[in-house]
Amino acid sequence: MNHVRVRDDECKGCAVCVSVCPKNCLVMSGKLNVKGYDYVQFVHAEACTACGLCFLNCPEPGALTVFGNKESSRDEL
Amino acid sequence: MAELIQRFGKAQSFYDGYTRKGIEIETTHYCPGCGHGTIQKLIGEAIDDLGIQDRTIFLSPVGCAVFAYYYYDTGNIQCSHGRAPAVGTGVKRTVKDAVVISYQGDGDLAGIGMTEIIHAANRGEPITVFFINNAIYGMTGGQMAPTTPLGQITQTTPFGRDVARDGRPIGMVELMNALVPPVYIERCSVATSQGIIKTRKAIRKALQAQIDGIGFSFVEILSPCPTNWGMSPVKARSWMEKEMTHHFPLGLVRDTISSSTGKATSIPYPYLDDAQLVELLTGSAAVPLLKDDIPQVTHKVKIAGFGGQGVLSAGELLATCGMTEALHVSWLPSYGPEMRGGSANVSVILSDQEIGSPLVDHPEVLLAFNGPSLDLFEPKMVSGATIVVNSSIIQRQVERTDVNVYYIPATDIAKNEGLLSAANVVMVTAYLLISNALPLETLVRCIPLVLRKKSFLDTNIAIVNKTEAYVKAHPMEKQ
Repeated sequence: MNHVRVRDDECKGCAVCVSVCPKNCLVMSGKLNVKGYDYVQFVHAEACTACGLCFLNCPEPGALTVFGNKESSRDEL
Repeated sequence: MAELIQRFGKAQSFYDGYTRKGIEIETTHYCPGCGHGTIQKLIGEAIDDLGIQDRTIFLSPVGCAVFAYYYYDTGNIQCSHGRAPAVGTGVKRTVKDAVVISYQGDGDLAGIGMTEIIHAANRGEPITVFFINNAIYGMTGGQMAPTTPLGQITQTTPFGRDVARDGRPIGMVELMNALVPPVYIERCSVATSQGIIKTRKAIRKALQAQIDGIGFSFVEILSPCPTNWGMSPVKARSWMEKEMTHHFPLGLVRDTISSSTGKATSIPYPYLDDAQLVELLTGSAAVPLLKDDIPQVTHKVKIAGFGGQGVLSAGELLATCGMTEALHVSWLPSYGPEMRGGSANVSVILSDQEIGSPLVDHPEVLLAFNGPSLDLFEPKMVSGATIVVNSSIIQRQVERTDVNVYYIPATDIAKNEGLLSAANVVMVTAYLLISNALPLETLVRCIPLVLRKKSFLDTNIAIVNKTEAYVKAHPMEKQ
């Protein structure tokens, strides 16, 4: 199954990824990270298409990493 | 379960950790939901995919993105406010293989840096400019920017930007489009996923145009500033989509990359050795060498007359003579806006010691070219000073009795040699002879360095000789 890894402590809780995910795979965790931000949490792995929109919208370089179960060119976007 | 492959992740061109606060931290300094992070990720990804990390020189602006050099593991220069395109011009012309990315905000580029961006674009410098437009001065607390839309509330437009009071927002893409040289101009937005994908493509296209040596590329990217707009990051993006794109229409404005033959290459400068450079820059290859034995001289000289008499040139000649004798010199002109006819004076200090101030309030030497100059400075001379009077023009005598005076018809001597404008050479020659400050040979060597008209060189030398003869025939009467 596809997967989005969230580095909890790099998330600033802006929730943009939550708003852009077409499959609603990301939610706010309701928990605070070391910086005091309510970080996001990846849920619904079965729905994730590894489209990368969460990654591309996220302002933090390393907060999200998207893994897909097949390699495809990123230039398909 | 099939093996998972990373499809989207942190770009290699970012540092692993950022040392801005002394220790490696892994988050940027940007506020939550800031557009800078999103755009910088797209640029980082493009640097990776285009394989240009080792060639990239990233120019950071002044503004929120000032710390980009903590993030990109590329060449970095943090530029003065708005000057990135000028810095980029220098970098690109020096390191032709460099991929120069100028990353600038709206205050930086469209405010203080308007001159630099317009002229870099108009020269068609083959660099890439990413213009991040968030319609506000972010770092300084949210003041109105050149690109703030009408009606927008900022710290300095608390009732909204008003067209009568504050003027209209500037469309930089439209301004760029008024210029001929840019090969690629597009306005994008990171408000939506669709917009981000378009931005991603525009960034790559603009960089590719530079890599291929095609020309100047400019991408304006509308970007959210949730903090200063007073909105949540998600709401800021929907406001951009609804309001900001209304003022700044998105889309490709120009793409002449495929039809462009690349920036016209200028004729390369010839290689010049040191002697040729000296010849080119000074007008003479015979520059005197500095001497080890420095004359023990300190003279505070005022040279004064009306504009066009060569007053400033006389000062330059004297200062150059001092310089080639390894003296410390200063040359401080004072003149009005008019090139001819106004009054002009110059303060020259020759000293074997370092010079603290170039001001000469109480001269030790006065070269008075005309009556008003003598009237002005005679009372200010120190006791025991030397005054050289151009007696062709100045009819009166010096009144003070505690100074040494030498009268010389400088204008007449020059006129007799057929070069009226060379009275300044007469005056300087006379001063050097009566003061013994510097040898006359030094003056002769320095004339071609200062009085560049080579056709007059022989006449000037002849005037020096005539002056020398005059001074020998009319020795100064010591007080």
